[in-house]
Amino acid sequence: MTARSHHTLSVLVENRPGVLTRCAGLFARRGFNIDSLAVGTTQDPSRSRITIRVDCSQHSVEQVIKQLYKLVDVLKVQELDTTAVELELLMIKVTSTPERRSEIIKLAEVFDASVVDVGPEALTFSCVAGPDRLQALEQLLEPYGIRELVRTGRIALDRDGELGTRKRMRVVA
Amino acid sequence: MDSDRRRMTGAEAVIRSLEAEGVTDVFGLPGGAILPLYDAWAACEHTIRHYLVRHEQGAGHMAQGYARATGRVGVAIATSGPGATNLVTPIADAYLDSTPIVCITGQVPTHLIGTDAFQEADITGITMPVVKHSWLVDRVEDIPRVVKEAFHIARSGRPGPVLIDIPKDLQLAEFEFSYPKQVDIPGYKPSRHGHPKQVISAAEAILTAERPVFYVGGGAVSANVDPGDLIRVAESVQMPVITTLMAKGVFPDSHPLCIGLPGMHGSKAANWAMNQADLLVACGSRFDDRVTGKLDAFAPGAQVIHMDIDPAEIDKNRAAQIPIVGSLELVVPKLAEALQSRMNGGPPKAAPWLQTVQDWKRQHPFRYRNTEPLKPEYVIERLRDLTADRDVIWATGVGQHQMWAAQYLQIDLPRRWLTSGGLGTMGFGVPAAIGAKVGRPDATVINIDGDGCFQMTMQELATAKMYGIGAIHVVVNNGWLGMVRQWQELFHGERYSETLLESSSPDYVKLAESFGLPGFRCETVDEVDAAITAALECGGPCVIDARVDHEEKVYPMVPAGAAAAEMIDVEWAEDDNAWVEDGV
Repeated sequence: MTARSHHTLSVLVENRPGVLTRCAGLFARRGFNIDSLAVGTTQDPSRSRITIRVDCSQHSVEQVIKQLYKLVDVLKVQELDTTAVELELLMIKVTSTPERRSEIIKLAEVFDASVVDVGPEALTFSCVAGPDRLQALEQLLEPYGIRELVRTGRIALDRDGELGTRKRMRVVA
Repeated sequence: MDSDRRRMTGAEAVIRSLEAEGVTDVFGLPGGAILPLYDAWAACEHTIRHYLVRHEQGAGHMAQGYARATGRVGVAIATSGPGATNLVTPIADAYLDSTPIVCITGQVPTHLIGTDAFQEADITGITMPVVKHSWLVDRVEDIPRVVKEAFHIARSGRPGPVLIDIPKDLQLAEFEFSYPKQVDIPGYKPSRHGHPKQVISAAEAILTAERPVFYVGGGAVSANVDPGDLIRVAESVQMPVITTLMAKGVFPDSHPLCIGLPGMHGSKAANWAMNQADLLVACGSRFDDRVTGKLDAFAPGAQVIHMDIDPAEIDKNRAAQIPIVGSLELVVPKLAEALQSRMNGGPPKAAPWLQTVQDWKRQHPFRYRNTEPLKPEYVIERLRDLTADRDVIWATGVGQHQMWAAQYLQIDLPRRWLTSGGLGTMGFGVPAAIGAKVGRPDATVINIDGDGCFQMTMQELATAKMYGIGAIHVVVNNGWLGMVRQWQELFHGERYSETLLESSSPDYVKLAESFGLPGFRCETVDEVDAAITAALECGGPCVIDARVDHEEKVYPMVPAGAAAAEMIDVEWAEDDNAWVEDGV
């Protein structure tokens, strides 16, 4: 009941001013700590999807899902399980003299990272992957000197078909 | 309202929208950013009465009192900035007690939003944690739809406060008005009907329980549950009934199955019954900490049936084995039918249990020692007895007087008891009583207030005087912030830190007179009836200053953080004739 673990919530909302604040405020108010949060519009421009990672107990996550449903602008809340596709975008600026460029670029290519900027003293990569892979890339680039790093926070979708064992909130009615 | 499109300003559109919602009374106070609305108020022909308050908090609580007494949506209007922030307390109060109110605030003109303009406050931001929903209107054409949605959201599902913030330029802008007939909010579909299988499971659990308790909360009042349906459920298995502070009156206090108030200052019978129950039948109640005491120790042997309109209440504080999410006015009669169709005609299984609980109630009534100086409980008992033949709506502030009123008043109908339960807002009583009297002019409205509370909102006596709103305000005057003083005496080594009011309090009789209202005083047992009778007979707003014992405490009491079954009480002796029992 009280054991904490990570949960990914996919929240479909009306695309209106203040919706993100309402959702994020609810987490703060009820004492939930957000690990990461990403928001963007969906195929329907009147709707947005907020992907929220929280670290809390199962009982708490059920409470927060019910509380989210009470927000008038929230249309659907799904808790995604481990089979969901989860990705995150990382951009990282690494110190690089012209002599070391090719070495670093080769390393990054192993992770399917792309070069988005080349400067006299630094290289900037972007990489889309799951959290473990991004972590590994970051560790490998660390010795060269990381100047700046930014991550979007995770976005996720559940899988189609058999794999997708959806844990959708069941509201007892 | 005809649906013909007509060109008008946003301000007039607000008035036409309120008319379309059937609003007849609103409470408010004008200011710069809401001036166009007030200008239209004077310029247009309409039938809505406006009550000018003396502080916007008063407008909010009046809207609450109006809503709670009538079951209709209350409306409060304020200007931007400080006007709007003065509404925050009533909005938070309405949120915790699920009271349907619509607050309309002016906002600085659109082009000034975000510039720290004069009297600018981000009121939708400030109130976000305590509203059911809110709107910052950004197009004048949206006003009718927003008002329609606001009333729908405020009154449906679990009721609550909503806020509409309208920039001044949009109040002045013109557009083609038409009021929508339908409301369609994709993300807002409150469940109505409880699941039939769950209702049957609940009925079967009630029939097999040996020690069931019906735990009825304020949700039953909000949902307009027919008291007859609650009685049918309780009587079918002869189940004792606990009504929380918010539920007082929805199940008749005078009914033999009613055990009354549980919790911090509830009866021993109610707390013992809940804690020894094997089944709690929760109905619009939310396992609030003031009811449960230490949650881990609360009702350890009980299974829980939890009926509520709000799915988020299920399993929030206490896990429910049989949850039923739905409108209580639909669920409770279904439960009554399910129970009655399953009765086998024999004596209810829980009959011995009922006997036990009723014995507790008889052996441990609320009681006080009726000696000099005048006891507050005596004043409340006389108010109760001298109005027994009237339809009375009671309002209270928050503190000792509120608890004594809850203990000693006898209320047999819903919407006759207006108190701030969740937020515990001192100052609620005066404006709530005024709002109730506006909504129910036929009823006798009595505000049982404390002297600390009264001083927070007493300026609304001017509103009462202005419109002749004849609620009676009884100041149970012990010269202290009494409940805080009680805690200081019992738990903080009698260090009375910043709780003495008396030396600097006004003379409440002279105060009433300065508002042009009659004031009556009682200081001894002999003077109580005369003051109450005079107040009842004066026919208009008035004040009773009941000067009572400074040291009287509310008992029994569950100390904060203790288990609800561990109540402390005063020592009393059977042969002491001064003891008075509540007689309920």
